[in-house]
Amino acid sequence: MSGVVFLELGAVVFGLALLARVADRLEISPIPLYLAAGLVFGAGGVAQLDLSEDFVEISAEIGVVLLLLTLGLEYRADELEHALRAGTRAGLVDVVLNATPGVVAAVVLGFGAKETLLLAGITYISSSGIVSKVLRDLDWLGNRETPSVLSLLVLEDLAMALYLPLLGAVLLGGSVGRAVLAVAIAVAVLLAVLIGALRYAHVLNRLLAARSNEALLLGVVGLTLLVAGATQELRISAAVGAFLVGIALSGPVQARATALIDPLRDLFAALFFLFFGLQIDPGRVVSWLLPALALAVATAATKFLTGTWAARRAGVGRRGQVRAGTALIARGEFSIVIAGIGAAAGVDSDLGSLAAGYVLLLAAAGPILARFAD
Amino acid sequence: MTVSEVRETELPGVGTRFDFQTSDGSRLAVLVHRSGRREILVYDDPRDPDRCRTTLSLNSDETSTLVELLGASRITAHLSSMQLQLEDLTIDWLEVHPGSRWAERTLQDAAVHTRTGVSVVAILRGGDTIPAPGAETRILPGDRLVAVGQPDGVAQLGSELLGE
Repeated sequence: MSGVVFLELGAVVFGLALLARVADRLEISPIPLYLAAGLVFGAGGVAQLDLSEDFVEISAEIGVVLLLLTLGLEYRADELEHALRAGTRAGLVDVVLNATPGVVAAVVLGFGAKETLLLAGITYISSSGIVSKVLRDLDWLGNRETPSVLSLLVLEDLAMALYLPLLGAVLLGGSVGRAVLAVAIAVAVLLAVLIGALRYAHVLNRLLAARSNEALLLGVVGLTLLVAGATQELRISAAVGAFLVGIALSGPVQARATALIDPLRDLFAALFFLFFGLQIDPGRVVSWLLPALALAVATAATKFLTGTWAARRAGVGRRGQVRAGTALIARGEFSIVIAGIGAAAGVDSDLGSLAAGYVLLLAAAGPILARFAD
Repeated sequence: MTVSEVRETELPGVGTRFDFQTSDGSRLAVLVHRSGRREILVYDDPRDPDRCRTTLSLNSDETSTLVELLGASRITAHLSSMQLQLEDLTIDWLEVHPGSRWAERTLQDAAVHTRTGVSVVAILRGGDTIPAPGAETRILPGDRLVAVGQPDGVAQLGSELLGE
């Protein structure tokens, strides 16, 4: 192996580090910057980056798996259960208000059925990474509207566990029956994992609990990749498998694993965002910018409504409602994950261009709008 | 002691928030992060009652210090964490009634340890704490004995001290 591979990869990762630093200085999410860098250096960009594709592609896929693993790790099974019991109505309002604009836009823009389902997911899901960063940065964690915001994020998490298998089945081009079957399997697996995690978590946790951090890290990553691979083979999507592993882990193992995996996720997820940008022609993003902007404005408004509605139901005052609304606006990593799954399945590449512009706009605008509401 | 009505709110992925209203009408909350860090929050903007101001962010050592300064006995925190580790053992605060046969007697007279297997690790008397009381320590009516032992032993001692 020549040193060129390391030179290339080193330059890329170093470049990402500079972007992360800029984002930190500007107090914004680094995700739009990674994406933009991918656009600039990718197909049809200003400069071609001749990366060893295989390595970056695998890294990007690991990035998706780790993103979903940490999403699952974020909440304990009892928190998911509680959110399901207490917040179902707010969760449904969230789905209806925010997936609908995606569906309408896809129909208006003349996309097919697969792209419509993808766009519905892209506009629906808030970026839990950006939202929780906003809550921390603006010191909103103790505010009385915050439980409503967090509970919506938890439900979006759970919705992903149903959405991704459905998406997987539809992208395979199966019949309606197949799609229903895939979702039924996913629901069954999800329920089994939730119940299992509540009752038998200690078994899995004892299995993985190692005194050394090294053994714990390798154990969790190994298990995640195994389950991700198995679910991929079962055509449920690797992302769902990783997510379920995250949910099933609990207690001290969960807390320690989160701390250990976060840095690993940051590295691979950065490569994933870059890789997504690399595949997209920036010229196409520009030509799709107007629809992306319209969609961003519309879904910023619907997310705002969702947040204010949920906060009002919790008895929060007007200002708190506005904060809850703006906190949720940002779309980010999961919208890109969904668009990336679509790109890997070979859907209309215009969808990727639209999604890139859309996420660039909302990942940047979300935190800024929240700051204004403060 | 009357405890103000404390409301508990789960914050998924973050921790738990406890809040209550103080008698002068302001709202106070403690946010317990999963990491053990605690934030003391005050809601004091009348135009925006939902917005909190973090007044203090404390790690667990600092929390214990603050608790001690505020007047609660630090021993409580230590004992409750012990209870988590020693599952077969019970820790209880036993009140001594004037009618108990052990009132005004020493721990040695009561032969607490030999009869019940329970250790008295501290006596709370008025505002004072007598840590690790010796055998000659006298049990007075109104004392609270911090007793550690098997659940049935602690229960037996408890009823003796109540004068039953």
